[in-house]
Amino acid sequence: MKPFRMLARSIRDAFKSVKRNFSLSLASVSCITITLIIVAIAIIASFNVQNFTKEIEKDLTVVAFLNNDATEEDVLNVENALKNIKNVDTYTFQSKIEVKEQMQQESEIFNAVLDTWEDNESPLKDTFQIKVKEVEEIGTTAEQIKNIDKVSVVRYGEGMVDKMISAFTSIKKVTIVVVVALIIVTVFLIINTIKLTIDNRKREIGIMRVVGASNITIKTPFVIEGMILGLLGSIIPVIFTTYGYLAFYQHFDGYLYSELIQLIEPEPFIYNASIIVVAIGILVGMVGSASAVRKYLKI
Amino acid sequence: MDLIRIKNVEKKYKNGVTAIYDLNLAIEKGAFVFVIGGSGSGKSTLIKMLYREEKPTKGQIIVGGLDVAKLRNRKVYRLRRKLGIVFQNFRLLEKQTVYENVAFALEVIGAPKDEIREKVLKALEDVGLKNKLHNYPDQLSGGEQQRVAIARAIVNDPKLLLCDEPTGNLDPERSMEIMKVLDDINKSRGTTIIMATHDKDIVDKMKKQVITLKDGHLVNFKQKGTYNNEAI
Repeated sequence: MKPFRMLARSIRDAFKSVKRNFSLSLASVSCITITLIIVAIAIIASFNVQNFTKEIEKDLTVVAFLNNDATEEDVLNVENALKNIKNVDTYTFQSKIEVKEQMQQESEIFNAVLDTWEDNESPLKDTFQIKVKEVEEIGTTAEQIKNIDKVSVVRYGEGMVDKMISAFTSIKKVTIVVVVALIIVTVFLIINTIKLTIDNRKREIGIMRVVGASNITIKTPFVIEGMILGLLGSIIPVIFTTYGYLAFYQHFDGYLYSELIQLIEPEPFIYNASIIVVAIGILVGMVGSASAVRKYLKI
Repeated sequence: MDLIRIKNVEKKYKNGVTAIYDLNLAIEKGAFVFVIGGSGSGKSTLIKMLYREEKPTKGQIIVGGLDVAKLRNRKVYRLRRKLGIVFQNFRLLEKQTVYENVAFALEVIGAPKDEIREKVLKALEDVGLKNKLHNYPDQLSGGEQQRVAIARAIVNDPKLLLCDEPTGNLDPERSMEIMKVLDDINKSRGTTIIMATHDKDIVDKMKKQVITLKDGHLVNFKQKGTYNNEAI
């Protein structure tokens, strides 16, 4: 009974005090709103960067060409060797006959030229197309594949792919650092604004201490108040995130500059992003007021 | 039986000033004690140490079985619930009514509503303010505001009532009204009262126990004492 009564009182007091200290509450809410909009933009940008780098990485393939004289048994041996390489995720085999058919379908010139060869004198090679688990290690894996007996040539778009992967790795790191830094800055800004509203009520806290309120009883209404402020402050950023991203996505038709940079589909992405923004708002409001009130509980 | 026992207490502030030197005291349950002395004699420091606003630098203070000097900050509320405190400047919540101000002390410790109502009315009756329940502090005289503060201090039936210059802001007539209220509380509720003051008339008229402090030293502790100017 008693804890419920205390909690109900805390919630009632929190709402009362948001109303009673209206101008300061408004200041806190505006501060949270502005910083959360920036955080929301950073989150959306960061998720999109993560997404398109992942999409591009998914397309990366290692192609292993076997020697022309490879027999069916050799193919099986190579397949077994591939299974033993840890970084190999999936692979598909294409025999030289399949390669020929595919090429013939692709172009008339190929069709005419390839038709003159019998299957046993074809210059084409059997190939394995291999997807890797960790793209960062694609170079080493290609090297390992090349060392397999009967494998003649291995290609994965060296040079360009290596550069791209190292660029993606640093972009991902940078976006995460930016988001985290923004959240930290937001927390500090909000702590300071909430401190103003609490400074105003030093007296009240002092009286509570004098009449024997425990620290948790004093803190709870302020923490709930911080949560309310955080929630109110995240309304506009959520609207901004949802409609802003939808408009952005539609304007660019889902692609940025080239088809290579694909934007994340708005649904359910915008809902998830909104939930993250609201959660950050509430959490930051809570942490902000809890740390602001702590100072007055030391008397 | 002793409600308060003070042993070898010394209080030195961070700025180097020593407010209390080697104090030894025992105060009985149900006593009414004045603490007198000039400014800087340490009387306020003594009261503040009793409700653990200040911690002694040395020694031991036991209030109602609690070792105040060792009390952790988080546990201070345990002590505060055993005592009531009245200040010179009343310390009321301006935006709340008389009733709400007194009820506040019970609400923050989670008392049920019916109990709050009953105790608040009783406390306000004891201080003679039952007819001003719905007034706000700024609609009351200084003496009345102080009586609200006293009601708030006694509403939880504390064993001990600490008063730090409660009549400091009041004229002699209002001061005597406050003293009458405190005397009644002491007699009817059996509450131990410790009151710091420098009001000679009050001390001389009331004929209670008197602790005299001078420059942080205990000068004397008399039954039915008077305000001795020479000692101060």
